[in-house]
Amino acid sequence: MTVEQAVFLFTSFLILFSGFMMVTRQNLVHAALYLVVALFGVAVIFVLLEAGFLAVVQVLVYIGAIAILMIFAVMLTRGDVSQEQEPVNANFGWALLLAALFCFGLIVLIGQWPAIDSQAPALDPEADTVLDLGAALVSPDAYVIPFEVASVLLLAALIGALVVARPQKKNPRSAK
Amino acid sequence: MTIATLTWLIPLPPLLAFFLILLFTRRNNAISHIVGVGTAALSWLLGMIVFIAAIGAEHLGENPITSSVGWLALGDKIFSIGVLIDPLSAVTLFFVAWTVLMIFIYSIGYHNFGQPKGAHDVPGLPPEGAEEHGHRVPSVEPMYARFFAFIGLFAFGMYTLVVSDNLLTLFVGWEIMGLCSYLLIGFWYAKPSAKAAAIKAFMTTRVGDVFMLLGIVALYSATGTLSFREILYSHEVLETLANTPAGVWGLSAAGLIGLLLFIGTVGKSAQWPLHVWLPDAMEGPTPVSAMIHAATMVSAGVYMVLRMFPLLSAGWVEGGDLTTTMTVMAFIGAFTALFAATIALAQKDIKRVLAYSTISQLGYMIAALGIGAYVAAAFHLVTHAFFKALLFLGSGSVIHGMEHGVLHTGEHIDAQDMFNMGGLKSKMPITFWTFLIGGFALSGFPLITAGFWSKDEILADAFANGRWIVFGVLALAAVLTAFYTMRQITLTFLGTPRTKAAEHASESVRTMTLPLIVLAVFAIGAGWVGIPESFPGIGGVLPSWFHDFVGGTLLEHPPAAVFNATPLLVSFAVALGGLGLGWLAYRRSGQTDPLRQPLGPIYTLLERKYYFDELYDWLFVRPVKWFAEQFTYLFLDRQVIDGILHRIARAAFSLGRIFRTYFDAPVVNGFGDFTASVTQSFGRALRKIQTGQVQQYLLFVALLAFGGLFYYLLTILQ
Amino acid sequence: MIPLSWYLVLAAALFSLGLYGVLARKNAIAILMGVELMLNAVNVNLVAFWRYLTPDSVSGQAFAVMVFAVAAAEVAVGLALVISIYRRRKTVAADEINLMKW
Repeated sequence: MTVEQAVFLFTSFLILFSGFMMVTRQNLVHAALYLVVALFGVAVIFVLLEAGFLAVVQVLVYIGAIAILMIFAVMLTRGDVSQEQEPVNANFGWALLLAALFCFGLIVLIGQWPAIDSQAPALDPEADTVLDLGAALVSPDAYVIPFEVASVLLLAALIGALVVARPQKKNPRSAK
Repeated sequence: MTIATLTWLIPLPPLLAFFLILLFTRRNNAISHIVGVGTAALSWLLGMIVFIAAIGAEHLGENPITSSVGWLALGDKIFSIGVLIDPLSAVTLFFVAWTVLMIFIYSIGYHNFGQPKGAHDVPGLPPEGAEEHGHRVPSVEPMYARFFAFIGLFAFGMYTLVVSDNLLTLFVGWEIMGLCSYLLIGFWYAKPSAKAAAIKAFMTTRVGDVFMLLGIVALYSATGTLSFREILYSHEVLETLANTPAGVWGLSAAGLIGLLLFIGTVGKSAQWPLHVWLPDAMEGPTPVSAMIHAATMVSAGVYMVLRMFPLLSAGWVEGGDLTTTMTVMAFIGAFTALFAATIALAQKDIKRVLAYSTISQLGYMIAALGIGAYVAAAFHLVTHAFFKALLFLGSGSVIHGMEHGVLHTGEHIDAQDMFNMGGLKSKMPITFWTFLIGGFALSGFPLITAGFWSKDEILADAFANGRWIVFGVLALAAVLTAFYTMRQITLTFLGTPRTKAAEHASESVRTMTLPLIVLAVFAIGAGWVGIPESFPGIGGVLPSWFHDFVGGTLLEHPPAAVFNATPLLVSFAVALGGLGLGWLAYRRSGQTDPLRQPLGPIYTLLERKYYFDELYDWLFVRPVKWFAEQFTYLFLDRQVIDGILHRIARAAFSLGRIFRTYFDAPVVNGFGDFTASVTQSFGRALRKIQTGQVQQYLLFVALLAFGGLFYYLLTILQ
Repeated sequence: MIPLSWYLVLAAALFSLGLYGVLARKNAIAILMGVELMLNAVNVNLVAFWRYLTPDSVSGQAFAVMVFAVAAAEVAVGLALVISIYRRRKTVAADEINLMKW
């Protein structure tokens, strides 16, 4: 067993364990923190895959923004009584079955794929993936359009979130 | 335009009057009577032209004026109808044209044209008088125009009958006159007695008509034709009919047919036993009585048997045994003549006396025909039409005069009762003299009047052929005729007025008296054409013109009777004797009949017309009424027919209910309801899927999507 | 060295966990967390494929960057919705938000 493999196994176990804990915790703050651990584990996976930039982005965006946002939302919706009850709803049996079948099915599918045991090819030591990625994102021959579209999407999401979450005017006429 | 074409046109003007008046001129009395009288005059003119042509023709009997058209195609034969003018129809046409025209003119005055309308007059009742300048005067008839329309239709019927050349159109005219008789007798339809009389007339003549129709049918089936020339002028046809046995009562075919046709005449000419309708028919206005029941309709019955005489007498030779039909005719005719004359003795209504007199005189004609005196019967038919019409119109004038008096004095008396009259000679002179002429003609006043010549000829014929019974009966009837006629004249015109109304009677208007005068001329003069050649003295003036002319109608010219003094003297005696006795008995009569006491119960019997009306009522009318009401109406109609209908209705109803309960509601409705409820339960079941919970939807989607995807990837892609 | 299949199995398991979280959790925010797990599993898949199959081309990473952006947008809007619903209905339990129920 190489070091990489050991790291990988440890990290994947961490991810899966914290993922499992996340989906089974009743206390949402605990669930959010487990989520953070899982996201961190994924960042480590990115590092193993030699996509360092993505690892950093993962930490910044997911953990730094999204997870924090989740915690904020949990805090803002605290008054809900149903948080005292079970964390799962009535369908959890079917959901469990489906998730298990899905996982199993995917694994079977993966097992049937011939190139499955391929090893990672050697990387060009001169290549600067971050530079290439940056160039690709703004190059008209590459991915400038998706990049711009993503920008628009983020703008829309921003405005949308603001509008949706805007507090209602407190006059009796709009008490629909 | 040939005479034959003119003959076709004769019946049409009065028919035109009928339609024009009913459709267009009903509201205007003057135009209506102008149309009516104008058309009657037109027919009269055409009739006169045809008559003059007829008397000028040579051997009219052998070559009559004829014209016919093929009318009905029956198989390979064609039934023709047409016109025929031979001597018999020529003389009939003559008197019909004159009397009809006179009656039309008379009707103008009779219905008080020009008088004011009465305040209480209603259509359907006789007019009751109007107030004018303080007195009451006669008022105009409310249904004036209608009257002229009806008598126009009637004239059409009579003319059709006279000019037709076959039994079918004769029967058509016969029936049209029957209808008009009903309409006109019941002219004042709001009077119950008039309504009843109209129905009685129609029903009684209908009995005769049914038998006549049977006779016509029998004749047609025996000979295949109804044309007069083909049947009555063919020796072969007559002999065949006389020799074919008819199978019933030992009669020959000719006898049976003749008897059936004669029954029609018994009804139409009011012979016993079907005489009961004629006296009641006096409910109609007097012009109606004159026209229908004196001059024309009842004469039609006699005309028909005159026409069919060759058939009735088939197998008879002059001087030999009478055929069965002829014997029946002689019996009924003579019996009726005497029977009606006796009843006339005890009647007090002026028109009823004349009605029974008509019945009696028609009996004379039929008896004459029964004994084979063809020309005498025809002669009496012609003269009787004139003087009887004259008498009826005269009685109408008398009644008008009396009504004038009634209006003046306000007395409530019957203006037609002779015992309320008296002394009218001075008040109504023209009426008196013309009535006197007519009465004398009826009685057969010797030599001057037409009635004498015709009656004498009948008696002479009976005497000459040795028919003693007929002779005796007819002579007795003649005595009674003269007696009751003088009774009538004496009570009405002579002596002193018996009531105030009679004192204030006045003469009638010119339109009424002028026809009286014209008819009086004929009542005297019409007889002279029939003076037999062998009569001493005046025989040579117009020697037997009538006899020669009309006798030519028959195949074999009947021989003229040889002159014999006995029947002549008998005629003289009966006429003068009867007249004298009548005057003596009644000249000092008061309000009651002087004969009532002496005759006692016989008088009552005569007055009540031998209770024949009561007998018929009990024998026929009541059973029929019972049958109609109890059996046909209450039982058959109400219980049987209505019962069936009600049961069908109930059955249909229950059937409907069964259908509804067992089929419609459960199956049809149930099916609909079932569909709805199934849909509803499906819906109720299926809607549970829609929980509103997004996760559940997602679960389904994921299950199906991933399931399909894996299925595809793992199996298809192997 | 690590065969590709290990990364793929990890991604599959992570995805299934996320799926279970989405379908079975009552709290809306917990559902959104499950969605994040699924998106991360996808990212792992993408980068693994990039590294093992086409390391020269940079498309795999570009795609992963897009996924990041989309995930961020989606979370923002989703949480805004959750807060809005919380304000109205005073609950964030997904099975109580069922106005579209029959």
